[in-house]
Amino acid sequence: MQGAFQKHLDMVKKIGAEGVEIRTSDDLDSIDGLIIPGGESTVIAKLLIKNDIMNPILERVKSGMGIFGTCAGMILLAKKAEESDQPLLNLMNITVKRNAYGRQQESFEASFKVKNFDEPFAGIFIRSPKITEFSKEVEILAEFEGVPILAKEGKLLACSFHPELTGDTRIHQLFLEMI
Amino acid sequence: MNKSKWSEKQESTWKTKVGLAEMLKGGVIMDVVTPEHAKIAEDAGAAAVMALERVPADIRVAGGVARMSDPEMIIGIQKAVSIPVMAKCRIGHFVEAQILEALGVDFIDESEVLTPADDRFHVNKRNFKVPFVCGCRDLGEALRRIGEGAAMIRTKGEAGTGDVIEAVRHMRTLQDDMRRIKNLPIEELMTVAKEMGAPYELILEVAETGKLPVPNFSAGGVATPADAALMMHLGAESVFVGSGIFKSGDPVKRAQAIVQAVTFYNDPAKLAEISKNLGEPMTGIGMSQLKESDKLAGRGW
Repeated sequence: MQGAFQKHLDMVKKIGAEGVEIRTSDDLDSIDGLIIPGGESTVIAKLLIKNDIMNPILERVKSGMGIFGTCAGMILLAKKAEESDQPLLNLMNITVKRNAYGRQQESFEASFKVKNFDEPFAGIFIRSPKITEFSKEVEILAEFEGVPILAKEGKLLACSFHPELTGDTRIHQLFLEMI
Repeated sequence: MNKSKWSEKQESTWKTKVGLAEMLKGGVIMDVVTPEHAKIAEDAGAAAVMALERVPADIRVAGGVARMSDPEMIIGIQKAVSIPVMAKCRIGHFVEAQILEALGVDFIDESEVLTPADDRFHVNKRNFKVPFVCGCRDLGEALRRIGEGAAMIRTKGEAGTGDVIEAVRHMRTLQDDMRRIKNLPIEELMTVAKEMGAPYELILEVAETGKLPVPNFSAGGVATPADAALMMHLGAESVFVGSGIFKSGDPVKRAQAIVQAVTFYNDPAKLAEISKNLGEPMTGIGMSQLKESDKLAGRGW
């Protein structure tokens, strides 16, 4: 709806899967996995509610749809966002803090190890959120400076950074294998 | 990776700068003059706010020299909202830009809406950590700004008029220029670069990809949800709305409606629903009534 959806669609195409833009609840019918992009989480949440897509998403998750949330998308997946009263999908057992890495001038690029990946992944962090707490159902797949940045729970995948802005499709591939 | 394109040779901060612009796609960036306005804009679903002393329509009325905003006002707006905060500096005024960077704004608009500080040169935007957005009327101007380091381009339109005709003209010109060079044989591109006054390497990249290497938004004259949807159809990836919201009868409703219109620009039935009962739009000034000397879009070199 809002954010870097085109970049995600480019990545999905690169790994040989088919992607569609989701703007209404009817668009959800044909998909196996949903990517909630980076953007402004407050804006995406408002659009989800205003256009009655929040509940249909939750119903589809019950029937087995996977969700991959990047940056703003990760915030929406969380059960709790610190210092914020914005609506969330309330699905993953993580607590996040918005813009925890600072404003735009603190945005950065960094390399880190991801579980089961042979080579490090270079992620781009833009006004990124942090995972501040998580419960034992959540598997942490990558950390940066001691803070979890890529987490998995069932068919849900969440990351603080922006894999869609790199040329590296491995995390999208991982999501495709999960769903 | 293929490193033949100009944008692939840029340093890594370039990626985070353009990355933030990517995050703003499909959104609306609203001009605000107080923390209260900023909060209204955020609650209505703005993807970012532009902190200004006066909206462009009031800058026209006030006349005189329009400058960077008071830092106190910008700080108040940063405290009021969690979405990115942008602010404007005068064309070529790199010290205003340095001050805005020191304040921690998320994006600087080197803008023709303010009175230019330099009649020949723009700010060297590569020297900054903060990303810049700049206006353009055609491809040559867009690529000159990108060459200087701009991470986002917006077509200029004519700010503060509520008349969308210039926004349409500039967007169509930009898109036509890109379509044209995409179909030219390579031996013609150097002469095109000379004629457009654009960096040759960037001309080569656009000829190959058919699009700008940074996101391309629309500004200047959008007053209704239909205007916003029109600009999205013409190739804008997001829309800046200045005077159109807070100079209208019901800013909250209009702001929400324009956010919805950018999402559903391709759905006329939905747009009809969105456009109902929004109260009075800004009165506006028709372009045909505007004196040549009062047009802002000509500023920029």
